[in-house]
Amino acid sequence: MRHLMSPLDFSTEELDRLFTIAEDIEKNPEKYAHACEGKKLATCFYEPSTRTRLSFESAMLNLGGKVLGFSDANSSSAAKGESVSDTIRVISCFADICAMRHPKEGAPMVAASHSSIPVINAGDGGHQHPTQTLTDLLTIRAIKGRLNNFTIGLCGDLKFGRTVHSLINALVRYDNINFVFISPEELTIPDYITEMLRDKNIAFREVRKLEDVMPDLDILYMTRVQKERFFNEEDYVRLKDYYILNKEKMELAKSDMIVLHPLPRVNEISVEVDSDPRAVYFRQVQYGVYVRMALLLTLLEIEVK
Amino acid sequence: MLNVGKIEEGFVLDHIKAGKSLSIYKHLGLDKLDCTVAIIKNARSGKMGKKDILKVECDINTLNLDILGFIDHNITVNVIKNCEIVEKLPLSLPKEIKNVLKCKNPRCITSIEQELPHIFVLTDEKKEIYRCKYCEEKYNSSDATVL
Repeated sequence: MRHLMSPLDFSTEELDRLFTIAEDIEKNPEKYAHACEGKKLATCFYEPSTRTRLSFESAMLNLGGKVLGFSDANSSSAAKGESVSDTIRVISCFADICAMRHPKEGAPMVAASHSSIPVINAGDGGHQHPTQTLTDLLTIRAIKGRLNNFTIGLCGDLKFGRTVHSLINALVRYDNINFVFISPEELTIPDYITEMLRDKNIAFREVRKLEDVMPDLDILYMTRVQKERFFNEEDYVRLKDYYILNKEKMELAKSDMIVLHPLPRVNEISVEVDSDPRAVYFRQVQYGVYVRMALLLTLLEIEVK
Repeated sequence: MLNVGKIEEGFVLDHIKAGKSLSIYKHLGLDKLDCTVAIIKNARSGKMGKKDILKVECDINTLNLDILGFIDHNITVNVIKNCEIVEKLPLSLPKEIKNVLKCKNPRCITSIEQELPHIFVLTDEKKEIYRCKYCEEKYNSSDATVL
C-alpha cells in the first residue's frame, strides 16, 4: 500500500505513468466513469480549502465512486481532542482512501503511519501540497508535450510560496530546465534552493523586472503576493502591483509561452489576459481533477483497460 | 582523589563535557539496564580542566552508542575487555534520533500531539543537518539543544 506525502515520493518513471493515465482520462473520460464503483474517498479537511476538496471529490465522482468527509476541524472529532492517528484508524473502517488537509505540518504523515488505507496529503500547513505540484507538472506536460528542455519563470512571492518551492524540487529531476526567478528584493527565493541548484549545476538567474525576461520564457508561473507577509501596509501596496501581468507584457512573450497560476488570483493577472490562449490557469484546474483521478486509481491499484 | 575500580567488560566514556554525564546516562538508556554504572562528575582533566566520565560494565553488544556522535563527538569511547582497553570507537552521526531533540516549529504536528515521538533524520552528513521527520524543520547538530 502506498501513500502520497510529497511530490518526490514518486520517481519520474512513476510520474510518467501517472500522467499518461491522466492524459488518457482527458481523452476518454467515459472509459473511467465506473472505475471506482463501490469505492469511497474520505476527505478529511481540518481546515477549509474548498477548491482542493472539491477537486478531490469531483475526481472520485468522475470515477463512479462516492465521497464522505468533513471540511473543518470543528465538525470532526478533533474538536473533542481526538488524535490524528485515532481518527485515521476510524476513517480506515469507513473509506477505501483518504485525502487529508491539516494546518499542522506532518499530520498526514502521522495518519499514513497508522492507516490501513492509502492517505493523500492534501496540504499540511506551509509544508507540502503534492497534488498541486502534480497538477502543475501535468499541465506543463499535457500542453507543452514534455517536462524537459524549457525555461520557466517563477514570479511573485518566491520566499514563502510553498507551491513554487515544491515545483522547483520536482522540476530539477528533469533535464535542461532553466529557472528565472522574478521577485521583489523582499521576496526572493530562499538560499537553500539556490544552493541546491548550484550543487546540481542547474542554470538559474534572479531578476526584478518581468518585462526583461518575458521573451525568454517558455512557461511563466505566476503567484500571489500575500498581504500577511508584510510588516507594513506601505511595502505591500508598493509591491502588490509590481508584477501585474497584462496584455502589454504578454505581447513581449513567445507565441507558445504558457501562463500558470495555482489560484486564487487577486490582481496579479489582469482579467484581460484570461482570453489569451496562452493563459492556461483555468485549464490547470481541470488538469488538477485529471491528475487526482489518476492518483486515486494508482493508489487504489485499479487498472483500467 | 576518588578512585573507581576497573571494569571487566564494557565501556569507559571519557572526556565528557563536565555536567553532561547525566544527560548521556539518560539518552543511552542506562537507567533501564541492569548493569553497574559509575558516574564521575567534575574529574580533573589536563586537557579540559574538568570533565565527566562514565564507566559502564555490560556486554559490549548491548549498548547503541550512535547517539553519542550527535551529543558530543569529542567523547572518547574506550571498549574494555578483560579489564583492558581493546578498542577506541570512532563516533559518527546517527542516521536517525528519537526523543533527543524537540521540534521547535509551532506548526509541526508534534506541537499539538504530545504522545508523538520527536524523530529527526540526518539529511546532510557533511553539514551535520537533521530534519524533523514530520515537518522537515532544520536543525544543525552543533547548535541544537539536546532534551
